Amino acid sequence: MAGVRALGALSRITSRRYTLTTGSPFRTFSVAPAMLAGTHVNYEVKGDVAVVRINDPNSKVNTLSIQMQKELTDVMNEVWSNNAVQSAVLISTKPGCFIAGADINMIEGCKTAEEVTQLSQEGQNIFEKIEKSPKPIVAAINGSCLGAGLEFVIACQYRIATKSKKTVLGTPEVMLGLLPGAGGTQRLPKMVGLPSAFDMMLTGRNIRADKAKKMGLVHQLVDTLGPGLKSPEERTIEYLEEIAIECARGIVNKKIPLSKEKGMMQKLQDYIMSFEMVRNQIYKTVHGKVMKQSKGLYPAPLKIIECVKAGIEQGPIPGYLAESQNFGQLAKTTESHALIGLYHGQVTCKKNRFGAPQKEVKTLAILGAGLMGAGIAQVTVDKGVHTILKDTTVSGLARGEQQVFKGFNDKTKKRNITSFERDSILSNLTGQLDYSGFEKADMVIEAVFEDINIKHKVLKEIEAVIPPHCIFASNTSALPIKEIAAASKRPDKVIGMHYFSPVDKMQLLEIITTEQTSKDTTASAVAVGLKQGKVIIVVGDGPGFYTTRCLAPMLAEAVRVLQEGVDPKKLDALTTGFGFPVGAATLADEVGLDVAAHVAEDLGKAFGSRFGGGNVEVLKTMVDMGFKGRKSGKGCYVYQPGLKVRDVNPDIEEILEKYKMTPNPAVSSDSDVQYRLVSRFVNEAVLCLQEGILSSPVEGDIGAVFGLGFPPCLGGPFRFVDAFGADKLVEKMRRYEEVYGNQFTPCQLLLDHANDSSKKFHK
Amino acid sequence: MVMPWALEMTLARPNVKNIVLVEGVRTPFLLSGTTYSDLMPHDLARAALQGLLHRTAIPKDVVDYIIYGTVIQEVKTSNVAREAALGAGFSDKIPSHTVTMACISSNQAMTSAVGLIAAGQCDAVVAGGVEFMSDVPIRHSRKMRKTMLSLNKAKTLGQRLSLLGSIRLAHLSPELPAVAEFSTSETMGHSADRLAAAFGVSRVEQDEFALRSHSLAKKAQDAGLLQDVISFKVPGRDIVSQDNGIRPSSMEQMAKLKPAFIKPHGTVTAANSSFLTDGASAVLIMSEEKALAMGYKPKAYLRDFVYVSQDPKDQLLLGPTYGTPKVLERAGLTMSDIDVFEFHEAFAGQIMANLKAMDSDWFAQTYMGRKSKVGTPPMDKFNLWGGSLSLGHPFGATGCRLVTTVAHRLQKEGGQYGLVAACAAGGQVSDTHPGGVFWLIVLLKNK
Repeated sequence: MAGVRALGALSRITSRRYTLTTGSPFRTFSVAPAMLAGTHVNYEVKGDVAVVRINDPNSKVNTLSIQMQKELTDVMNEVWSNNAVQSAVLISTKPGCFIAGADINMIEGCKTAEEVTQLSQEGQNIFEKIEKSPKPIVAAINGSCLGAGLEFVIACQYRIATKSKKTVLGTPEVMLGLLPGAGGTQRLPKMVGLPSAFDMMLTGRNIRADKAKKMGLVHQLVDTLGPGLKSPEERTIEYLEEIAIECARGIVNKKIPLSKEKGMMQKLQDYIMSFEMVRNQIYKTVHGKVMKQSKGLYPAPLKIIECVKAGIEQGPIPGYLAESQNFGQLAKTTESHALIGLYHGQVTCKKNRFGAPQKEVKTLAILGAGLMGAGIAQVTVDKGVHTILKDTTVSGLARGEQQVFKGFNDKTKKRNITSFERDSILSNLTGQLDYSGFEKADMVIEAVFEDINIKHKVLKEIEAVIPPHCIFASNTSALPIKEIAAASKRPDKVIGMHYFSPVDKMQLLEIITTEQTSKDTTASAVAVGLKQGKVIIVVGDGPGFYTTRCLAPMLAEAVRVLQEGVDPKKLDALTTGFGFPVGAATLADEVGLDVAAHVAEDLGKAFGSRFGGGNVEVLKTMVDMGFKGRKSGKGCYVYQPGLKVRDVNPDIEEILEKYKMTPNPAVSSDSDVQYRLVSRFVNEAVLCLQEGILSSPVEGDIGAVFGLGFPPCLGGPFRFVDAFGADKLVEKMRRYEEVYGNQFTPCQLLLDHANDSSKKFHK
Repeated sequence: MVMPWALEMTLARPNVKNIVLVEGVRTPFLLSGTTYSDLMPHDLARAALQGLLHRTAIPKDVVDYIIYGTVIQEVKTSNVAREAALGAGFSDKIPSHTVTMACISSNQAMTSAVGLIAAGQCDAVVAGGVEFMSDVPIRHSRKMRKTMLSLNKAKTLGQRLSLLGSIRLAHLSPELPAVAEFSTSETMGHSADRLAAAFGVSRVEQDEFALRSHSLAKKAQDAGLLQDVISFKVPGRDIVSQDNGIRPSSMEQMAKLKPAFIKPHGTVTAANSSFLTDGASAVLIMSEEKALAMGYKPKAYLRDFVYVSQDPKDQLLLGPTYGTPKVLERAGLTMSDIDVFEFHEAFAGQIMANLKAMDSDWFAQTYMGRKSKVGTPPMDKFNLWGGSLSLGHPFGATGCRLVTTVAHRLQKEGGQYGLVAACAAGGQVSDTHPGGVFWLIVLLKNK
C-alpha cells in the first residue's frame, strides 16, 4: 500500500488546500493619505496604537491584490507619519482568514519573467520597510496566513495567533511551482532555523498555531472564545485585537522583549550551524532528497534551496536578488503553469455544478466492509452523517470497523482530534449484518465484489428495503452503470461513485451518470462527495468510465514492455522518471494483478484490439500462480512485512520468458518506452473527451492527476498535449503505430489539434 | 395582590409530599494541606454526621437512608457514605450509598433523598458531601499497573523475573488525577478564563467580585451568622471551629497576581478563583409529616429542582443562565419573587459572565430560544454571607452548604423564597474547580 500512499502523498503536493500564493504586495508607493477608510483596509487609532484592519469585501478570503496593497501602503505611510501613534496592530476582520496569499491572477497577468521579478522586488522593498519600522507592528493572526500573508507577518516585529483550527501558517508557493518571493526565503531560515525553514518551504505544508509557537514562528497564542455577548467568531477577533493592542503597548514600554532569551538547545543549534561545513552538508542532503523525490522534474524546490543558500552564504543583497530573479523565472515555467492550472481545476471540481439536491443525505448505508467500503465509511462518519456499514460476515465487519477505528485513532495519536472527539465521531457508525435501518437511508453505496451478478442481487435486495427517495450508488471501477441499473426498478436513482484506494488518502471521486440518472441524483452524489472532502469529476457511462479506461491501455503497454525484456525495476524507473509518483509495475501490484487482468479482459472485449499490447495471459498466469500483487505478498515484486526494500519476484521471469517478445530497436529507447506508455494514456483521455465521456478537459486533467497519479508537473493529459504540442505527440504515435498498429492510432480530436496549432484544450 | 398562601399552594404539588430541610451542618472548610492534612475523607464526613446527630438529637435508628456525594474518591473507602455512617455511630442497619456528579455531588445526594421521600420509600434521609484535597489517589502508570497485575498471575520465578526486568523508567512516572475535563482536555480555570473573555469580563470586575465575597464572608463570620459550622476536634490536632480561607485583601494586592491559567494575558488568578479545600457537610431531610410528628421545626421546604446541561467546551460554566429561568417557570415564580440567592462561586469570572449572559437579550435569543433576557438577580440579595470563593469549595460538600445557607438566610432576613444555583464540570473525575454542565436549583420556602 506504500506505493499508493506515495502516490497519494505526491498528488497532494498539488492538491492541498493551498490558497493563493506568494508574490509581491505593495506594487506602488504612491502616497494618498486621504484614503484612510478604503474598501479593503481601514485604520483606527486606539490611544497610541494604530489598529489596521483588513477585509476584502469582494471575496471570501483576503489576498494581497493590487487594491489591497495600495490601501495597505497608504495606511502604513499614514501610521508612520502620525506622531500620536507609537505602535501598530495588523488584523483581519474576515472570519477564518488573515491573508491567504498574493493574488494569483496578478502573477498570471504578467507577460514576462522580468515583470514578475519586478513584482517580487516591490514586495521585498515594502516588507523591508515593515521590518525596519521604527514603530513596532504586531500581527494578530486569526485564520489562514499563507504565502505572502506569512511573508508579511514575519516582517512584523511581533506575532500573535489564535488557537483556532482555521489558523494555519505556511508557504505553499512550492505547490504552485513557485517560491516565497517577498523575502520568505531570506527571513524564514533566520527565524525558525535552516531545517524547519526548508521543511516549510519545500513541502508547503500548513502549520497549526500551537506548532508555530513551538517553532518560534509566533510569539504568543490566544484562545478562541465560545458564545458570549457576540458571535464566537466576532468576539474572538475582538479579543485578539484587545490582546494585540496591550502587547503593542508592552513592546513600546519595553515590558515585552522582542528578542527571546535563547534556550540551551537553540544556542547549541546556532553553534553547530555556525560551521560552514555543517551548513553545506544540510544543503547537500536537502538537495539530494529533493532530487530523489522530484526526479529533478520540479524546478521550484531547487530554486528555493538556491535562494536560501545565497542569502546565508553571500549575504542579503545577493540573497534577495536571487529570490526575486528566481521567482520571475519560475512563474514562467511550464511546471508552474501546470500546477497553477491544477489549482484552478481543483477549485472548479470542489463545486457542485448540479445545484443543491432536494434532500440532504443524513443517513448513508455502505454495503461491504472491505478496504473500499470501510474507507468510504471513514470519510463519511466524521461529517455528521449517520453511517451504516453492512457486511455479510462477522469477521469482515470486524475488520472493516477496525479500519475505521484505526483511521480516527491515528488522528488521536497525532493529536489532530481528542479521544473524546474520536468516540463521538464513531458513535455515528453502525456496523451490522442485516438490512435493518435501511428504511431510513437516503443513499446506499455498494462496495461489494466486482461481479455483475452479485451487484444485481444486491441491488434487488436493497430496493426491497430502502425508501423511494433513496439513491443507489455503485462503487465500481469498471462495470458500466447502465448494466447495473438494468436490474433496477428506478434507474433514475442509480449512479456510479468510483472511489480510489485508500479512500481516506486519495482525493478523487469519479461520479458516473447514465442517460437515465436524474439531475437530482447526480447533485446529491456530488454533495455527498464534497462533504467527504473529495475532488469530483462527473463523467459519462461506458466501459472503464474515464480513469480506468485511461489506465488500462497504459498498463497493457507496460505488460508489453515487460514482455520485451525490460525488468520491472527499470520499468518503474522509467515511469517515475517521467513524473508518475508510482512506477507502472508497482502500480499494477497495488491495484492488484487480478483486478488488472479482469479489467484488461473486460475492456479488451469492449474496445477490441486498441486495448491490446501486452498479452493478457501474462497477467492471468501470474494470478493463477497466486501473484496478485501486494495483497498476496507477491506480484511483480516480493513483499515482506516490515521490509521497505523489495526484490523483483524471481518467478515472473519464467512467465515473461514464456511470453517473450522481441523489442523493435526503433521504438525501444528509454524515451520511446516512456512516450509509448504516456501517449496511449493521453490518447485515450482525449478520446474520452471526443466521445463525451468527459465534459471538459479540466475534469480530465484533475481525474488523471488526482486519481491515477499522472505527473502533476505536466498538469494532466490535456495540459500536457497543449504544452508538448499535439503535432509532436501525433508524430511520435505515428512512429509507434507503424510498429504496433492501431493501439497508437491518434484519435480524431488529437489529430484536429495537431493540424491546427492554435487549438488548445486550455485557453 | 397574591397572598402568600396562594403562592404556597402553587408551589406545593398535588399528590407529592412536602419535603423539608430539618437541619444542616458542616465542618469548617479549610485550605487543603492545613489542619486536616493527616485525615482521611471518611473522617471528615464522620465529623459532619456526628455534628448533625448532635444538633438534631435524632435517634440513630430513625434515619432510613444515608447518601453522600464526593468527587475524588479515596480508593480504600469508595462507598464513603457507608464508612462514615458506621464510624459516626449510625445503626449498621441503615443502607447508604455514595454518588458523584462533580461539584454538585452533594446536590445530587440531596435530590436523591428528596426522590426517596417523594416516592414513599423513606421518611428521613441524611444527605451530605465530602471532599478531601490534602490527599488524592495518585496511581502507578498504566504500564506499571499492567506489569504488577501480570506479576500476580506469573507462576514461575523465571516469569516473575522477566516481568520485573521489563520495568523501565517510564513505568515509574505516576498518574495524577485528571485536572482537566475528560471530553475537552481543558482545565476548569482555562475554561473560566475563556468564558470571562467571551463575555468581556475584565480583571478588575473579577477582582472586585472576589473582594466582595471575602469581605461579606468575613462580616458573616464575625457576626456569627455561619451557624452551620460545627466545631471539630481533629484527632491529634486542635479543635477547629471556623473556616480558614476567608482573607479580605485589597484591590492593589490582588492586582499584583499573575494569571493562573492563560498566560500572559489571562484574567483568572488565584485570588479570583475558589481554592482547593477540605471539608464535609450533612443535612437531614424529612417528609413534613414525619418532621412535625417528631417535633422538629423545619428550616425550609425543598420545593423544586432542575438539572440542565450544555456543551462542555464553550458553555461549561453557563448553567445558572440556563437553569434559573427553567426552575422559576416550573414553580410559577419570577426573578422578583426570590428573596435570597445563593449561587456557587467557582470563579469570579464565571459568576460575572453568567450575570452578563442573564442580562443579555442577544444571548437569550441566540442561544436559549427565549424572547428576552433572563434578568439578573439583585446584588443586595446575592451571596450575602460570602461564597465558594471565600468560604472555600470542597467539591463534594458545597451543595449542602448552599442549601443550608439559603435556609439560614431566609430565617435571618425574613424572606420567603430562596434560590440555589450550582454548576459542575461535565466529567466524573473533574477534580479541579467546579464548572458547570449540570445546574441544580433548589427552591426553598421559608415557613
